[in-house]
Amino acid sequence: MDLSVKLPGLNLKNPIIPASGCFAYGREFSQLYDLSLLGGLCIKSVTMEPRAGNPTPRIAETPSGMLNAIGLQNKGADFVCRMELPFLEQFDTEVIANVAGATEEEYVQVIKMLNDCDVIKAYELNISCPNVAHGGMGLGTTPELAAHITKLAKEAAAKPVYVKLSPNVTDIVSIAKAVEEAGADGLVLINTLMGLSVNLKTGKPLLANNTGGLSGPALKPIALRMVWQVAQAVNIPIIGVGGISSAEDVLEFLNCGASAVEIGAANFADPYICPKIIEDLPKVLEKYRYSSLEEAIGKAFK
Amino acid sequence: MKEQNAIILSNTLIARDVWKMELKTEIADLARPGQFVEIAVPGFFLRRPISVSDTGKGVLTIVYKVMGNGTDVMTGMHPGEELNLLGPLGQGFPVLEDKEAVLLLGGGVGVPPLLKTAKEYLAKGKKVDVALGFNNAADVFYLDAFEQLGIEPAVATMDGSAGVKGTVLDAVAARGIETAFVMACGPLPMLKAINQKYTDGYISLESRMGCGIGVCMGCIVHDAKGTALRVCKNGPVFPIGRVVF
Repeated sequence: MDLSVKLPGLNLKNPIIPASGCFAYGREFSQLYDLSLLGGLCIKSVTMEPRAGNPTPRIAETPSGMLNAIGLQNKGADFVCRMELPFLEQFDTEVIANVAGATEEEYVQVIKMLNDCDVIKAYELNISCPNVAHGGMGLGTTPELAAHITKLAKEAAAKPVYVKLSPNVTDIVSIAKAVEEAGADGLVLINTLMGLSVNLKTGKPLLANNTGGLSGPALKPIALRMVWQVAQAVNIPIIGVGGISSAEDVLEFLNCGASAVEIGAANFADPYICPKIIEDLPKVLEKYRYSSLEEAIGKAFK
Repeated sequence: MKEQNAIILSNTLIARDVWKMELKTEIADLARPGQFVEIAVPGFFLRRPISVSDTGKGVLTIVYKVMGNGTDVMTGMHPGEELNLLGPLGQGFPVLEDKEAVLLLGGGVGVPPLLKTAKEYLAKGKKVDVALGFNNAADVFYLDAFEQLGIEPAVATMDGSAGVKGTVLDAVAARGIETAFVMACGPLPMLKAINQKYTDGYISLESRMGCGIGVCMGCIVHDAKGTALRVCKNGPVFPIGRVVF
């Protein structure tokens, strides 16, 4: 079965994309399997300035998932451009750059620098990271703020812009619509849900950052609900993400209106999860009597 | 590195809350001393990083302490059952040809990886001394494993209920071991003390991990220049003095 999906700037041979922050820049996973198997891959968030990230502990396991508070650790756009991205040129897969910053200006600076990197096919605007004091989620939790930064990003970008939205809001549909109106080429739904875990030995929050982003299977029903709501309200494509760890999960997201999906924390539990899902997906589509990927998209509300 | 279902051959209590498990897996023959495996415990999302204690003829030995629900589930597993492993992972203890003698320092569940390390140094004809620290006599394990190699470990317990009273360094002093080249694994206060006393050797760090393969940046420590190091990928074994505590 043909699994290919055409989205703005992205010719995906299949709808499977490892999510930002769960795949670094591909080097480690390239030692496990051929990255050309992937529809695309989304690199770890890039900021203009290097960021050291948060103190440890940064990770806590939770029922059916995990909390993380890495804090956008990265060596900055210049380093990523020169030292990380050239490695990805050898693979036949579509690379998406996740862009973050402490200020609106920083997002624009990163985009301008990455415009010249041919290996990058599209941007994913991270206005939904819950683990940083400035920027991140703070820029994406009202329709006005989200639209404003989307507009700035679109003006700066020489490539399509997908906006990754936060679930830590009361009305994701209004934000999605505002972002669409501001010119976004697509949406990525959803980032992690802000959570907390307590260390019973100390009685204090387990993570040094106190709060962290919840990912893993625990997030899936929330992500599906949000994709389903937003897909009925916008006309731009949606990349679904949140708790996916099987081809059946992928099909659920397609049914709710996603055109492609990102795989996040499942890469930690099983580093071979993406090729496994790619292999299983045609069988699962056939099992549920779809003759194409397209046919499955949005069935939940059509 | 492989991802593989290993077959449990044995799973036995060897000290208070400390269990030894033998697993049949091809990973055994790939593992170097001080490396670790990531264990998928059924019902839990993240894998558990556990150090390789010993290997031989396709059998991997691990020793784990019951720290939470995941390791508690492991205690209920029986021979014949399968456990999914990923490994071997990380940088282990190097086996250096130019050293005549090595002192292995272990604290609590930091002791297990020193067994395979001892075997490899003995196989190279080196002098191997071992000093082990525990909280209490009920926590002591693996003396017999080292004795089978012809090594009599110097032992210390914090309450003096076995060996000398005090830390592993008190055991070293009591035995009069003067070897300057050390390899150590144990709790952070112990590693800090070793970091101050010795300049030549290696320490193995423990950390909460997300991925175990160098991707997620969950287990970061820093060197003196502030460079981020991943315990899972750049470690868990680091040269003494490299990591800032």
